[in-house]
Amino acid sequence: MKYLSEYRNPELVKKYLDEIRQACTRPWMIMEVCGGQTHSIVKNGLLQLLPEEITMVHGPGCPVCVTPMHLIDKAVYLALKEKVILCSFGDMLRVPGSTDSLLEAKSKGADVRILYSPLEAVKLARENPDKQVVFFAVGFETTAPANALSVIHAHRESLKNYAILASHVLVPPAIDAVMNDEMVKIQGFLAAGHVCTIMGIREYQPLVDKYKVPIVVTGFEPVDILHGILMVVKQLEKGEFKLENQYARVVRPEGNPDAIKVIEEVFEITDREWRGVGNIPLSGYQVKAKYSEFDANIKFSIKMPKVEENPECIAGQVLKGIKKPHECPQFGKGCTPERPLGAPMVSSEGACAAYYHFSKISGQLTEV
Amino acid sequence: MSDHRSILSASCPMPKLDFEIITMGHGSGGLLTHKLLDAGVFDLLSNEFLDKQHDGAIVDVSAGKMAFTTDSYVVSPIFFPGGNIGELAINGTVNDLCMCGAKAEFISLSFIIEEGLPVKDFWEILIHIKQACDLAGVKVVTGDTKVVERGKGDKIFINTSGIGKVLPDASIDLDRVKPGDKVIISNDIAKHGIAIMSVREGLEFESDIVSDTCHFNAIVPELISRFGEDIHFLRDATRGGLSTILNEVAQSLNKGITIHQKAITVDESVSGACELLGLDPLYVANEGVFVAFVKNSIADHVVDKIRAWKNGSHAAVIGEVTERHPGQVVLHSEIGGRRVVNMLLGEQLPRIC
Repeated sequence: MKYLSEYRNPELVKKYLDEIRQACTRPWMIMEVCGGQTHSIVKNGLLQLLPEEITMVHGPGCPVCVTPMHLIDKAVYLALKEKVILCSFGDMLRVPGSTDSLLEAKSKGADVRILYSPLEAVKLARENPDKQVVFFAVGFETTAPANALSVIHAHRESLKNYAILASHVLVPPAIDAVMNDEMVKIQGFLAAGHVCTIMGIREYQPLVDKYKVPIVVTGFEPVDILHGILMVVKQLEKGEFKLENQYARVVRPEGNPDAIKVIEEVFEITDREWRGVGNIPLSGYQVKAKYSEFDANIKFSIKMPKVEENPECIAGQVLKGIKKPHECPQFGKGCTPERPLGAPMVSSEGACAAYYHFSKISGQLTEV
Repeated sequence: MSDHRSILSASCPMPKLDFEIITMGHGSGGLLTHKLLDAGVFDLLSNEFLDKQHDGAIVDVSAGKMAFTTDSYVVSPIFFPGGNIGELAINGTVNDLCMCGAKAEFISLSFIIEEGLPVKDFWEILIHIKQACDLAGVKVVTGDTKVVERGKGDKIFINTSGIGKVLPDASIDLDRVKPGDKVIISNDIAKHGIAIMSVREGLEFESDIVSDTCHFNAIVPELISRFGEDIHFLRDATRGGLSTILNEVAQSLNKGITIHQKAITVDESVSGACELLGLDPLYVANEGVFVAFVKNSIADHVVDKIRAWKNGSHAAVIGEVTERHPGQVVLHSEIGGRRVVNMLLGEQLPRIC
């Protein structure tokens, strides 16, 4: 698999690890923002390879983790309605709502389908004119163009039975919210490569300037991640703070203008609640009024009671790197991947699940 | 489907019947049932035991240990690249017996058919059952057919049971797995699950990946006769994939298992599909791959033997059993990192990004 295997090359990994070790003279705390990066770090066992001085904080960039509970409840409510086909990306299905997850709704008879593309949902709507098809449009900027495009297609075809339940979140306001917290001690960021593929990198410069932190737009393979960490460490060691692009083979500074145009056609920026973090101003997308007939919130006039998160869950502090997952009293006891209290324990990209799986061997690392 | 299968289909033309779809009447036990079974099942699968058409089969068994197993097949879609539910049902049960150190001999075959199934589909399934039986050298000796109303099934479900004689030199037992044992995988992984995914409604994608379904009724007896009790334990890596099997063993024994990613072969197209779909090949189902826990000293010889088999060209020693990290499977990644490989939690769900 060319174009991937060279970024998994053990020799390059070793080279970057050596360079990080040489560059590092003191402890640094770095957040990888994106869940995809967390997944790669865990899957490749990178945490044990990094020098002790580097602490990686798994950030809020896991869409599965930050989708608020009442939105899951809405999706479950819609899924359980008669004549509704609720379509979703796969890993949303297991995320617990206040009563059920979509997987549990499915076992109660709801028609829940796992799709890879929202355009498949449009096709379903076309093929099932007697059903209402709802796509649970979750994700960061990365999935927004495809979700927006599905609305444009449905509009063009005058489909009356297609809508999206939008729960889009945006990365830059999340970094802003993390850094705004006085308790946060993060010193550098790996920004999410795929988000920047769509949006470009320019909106990160104001954050670099405001908080005086290095931000390096980074890819997802082990070599990418270590290279990104090295770039952050080099800046930190020199006392610099710059916006850099490690993932230049994919990310252009201006992003993908066509994709941005599609997003701007369908979505507008709104305040958004993040599970575990709370409300972040101007941190999400909602469907514009001109496409309101495709907005499931309006179409089905859903009003769900807002439910409180389990107070024992410290997801917010974990996602900001204030506390480590295993510092939560419920970690591995009241909260496990089988019975999660909060969303970061659900997804394999979630910070708590990542720690849960890793920490089971951490005590015996030298022996493994 | 491969060429020889098309030839097989052509050489077994569907009998002329005065119905095209299976209805409730075909499960009534009356005339319609007989029409369906006589023209299809009994003729095609004919042998001295099944020909009796009795309520059960009376078969000769020699003295000694017998292995007995049962399994149900509900795969959707029922036809997939490289196979169909019929041969899966035969191979699956044959292989479960092989994993007991037995050579499969007799199979029972029960259909639960949803009304509306085209007879030509049923015929296609039957001829693949026949082919799978012939290849594995087993006989269907008894069976049953039921039809359920539309919506109460999913085209066709198949249950098979099987019995086979445990080979005289076999001593397959989980308790015989010891620290120091080598873990061997019989081939590359994740083909079956990805082949199924590639044709599943809503997820279709073009690929040349075909299911790895095959029987172990020749290779396992060969291994047992050559290596005898030095083969400590066998499991086929079906549902839940390789990692689930390894976790079951690690947890049952409360021993650790260490595996090395670079020893595990994943076909390039399968690996690409897994990347795109957000799936981990370690958790994807196989239907033609087994895991052997063997005495350290014979491991390389076992691998050589499996590699000489047509379905084992990627056989390899992938790891070992250890006293460390009891109950856990730890993977050494290609880049030198380590991670715990957990038991699959429910169904593997594709990741968003």
